[in-house]
Amino acid sequence: MNCPKRGNFNVTKRSGSDRFFCYKMAPHMGALSNCADHEVMIEIGCIPIALQTCDSDFVSLLRSRYGDYIQTGKTADFTFRVELIPPGTFNPEDDAEVWFEKGEWRLERGDFRATWSQDTRQGVIRQSANPYSIDSVLRITHTLLLARTGGFLLHASSAERNGKAYLFSGLSEAGKTTIASLAPADVALLTDEASYVRRVADHYMAYGTPFAGELGRPGKNVSAPIAAVYLLEKAQQNRIANMEPAEAIRRLMRNILFFAHDPELVRLVFESACAFVAAVPVYQLSFFPDERVWDLIG
Amino acid sequence: MPTTETYLAKSTDIAARKLGDETIIMSTLDSTIFMLNPTGTAIWEAADGNATLSRIIEEKLCAEFDVPLEQASADARHFVDELAEHGILVVSDHPIPQ
Repeated sequence: MNCPKRGNFNVTKRSGSDRFFCYKMAPHMGALSNCADHEVMIEIGCIPIALQTCDSDFVSLLRSRYGDYIQTGKTADFTFRVELIPPGTFNPEDDAEVWFEKGEWRLERGDFRATWSQDTRQGVIRQSANPYSIDSVLRITHTLLLARTGGFLLHASSAERNGKAYLFSGLSEAGKTTIASLAPADVALLTDEASYVRRVADHYMAYGTPFAGELGRPGKNVSAPIAAVYLLEKAQQNRIANMEPAEAIRRLMRNILFFAHDPELVRLVFESACAFVAAVPVYQLSFFPDERVWDLIG
Repeated sequence: MPTTETYLAKSTDIAARKLGDETIIMSTLDSTIFMLNPTGTAIWEAADGNATLSRIIEEKLCAEFDVPLEQASADARHFVDELAEHGILVVSDHPIPQ
């Protein structure tokens, strides 16, 4: 994969903006062990994140789960030490909460706790040995990194065809996985769940992600400039319709994945969506769920 | 008894983008999105903390749109109430420093 020049992720946060965060503290993030015998580098969207662990079985799990996204010989943009804990340590009913406090991002859900420092670019994850928790931590971390660089994760399937990327977004049951599963052989599926959008110079790129939906398999680790976004609805006939920019922004915002309680970053994500819609055509795609819909794409 | 004036100002907890003669506004506190049509956009743009709602209705709505004063007043007050309820507009009976 060709990645843009590194080092452009400025995640410095304005002082004082943490006044917005009135969520509970995270007293569970206690003293860390120094055990980090193994390191696995997972690069998504050209951002290499190193995961360090003492547990060789967990390393095997990561290698199996992230496959083509495992990199070696690169310098990590971020490093997490993963501390494995027994399942059920936290309240499994807890919803995801993400906030910034005292120079650190804090990520919590019923199955994990994580922090990472913007200054040191290091953090710790406490979770049981399962792929779902680490997957969520990575997703959330990438949304935070992308927010300051004009990109975002979109709840969408995406695919590369003839050197261009096409995104298919919509709410649940709109057809994201359906259209991905109908893709012909000349199409490379980037994801059927969470599309990775980055602004690179004056255009937007889509990257493959390991974040899988109902298809249950990671996307191909390739990238391509985004040619169009299709907002899906199932219908009796295939039809593409133009969409007014305001409506396109509204619909995109409903599908952009962002978890942090942070008005400043929320504003940036909104501005990113506006800039994206100004640069990339967004259409309404009504489609009958069979392979003929791909005659309209690419 | 004198009528209390209503002053309007844009909240600082929003992100907004004007597209043509419409405006899309999002609350950065709860991510609620509002789409304003041209008349709503006219009120929104005039909400500078010093303008009163009655002046906006008279000078922006009745002067620029084909709408009777009574209807414009009712619609505008409903619009303002809704945006204020979501923290998009700030409403006061005094000028609002920006």
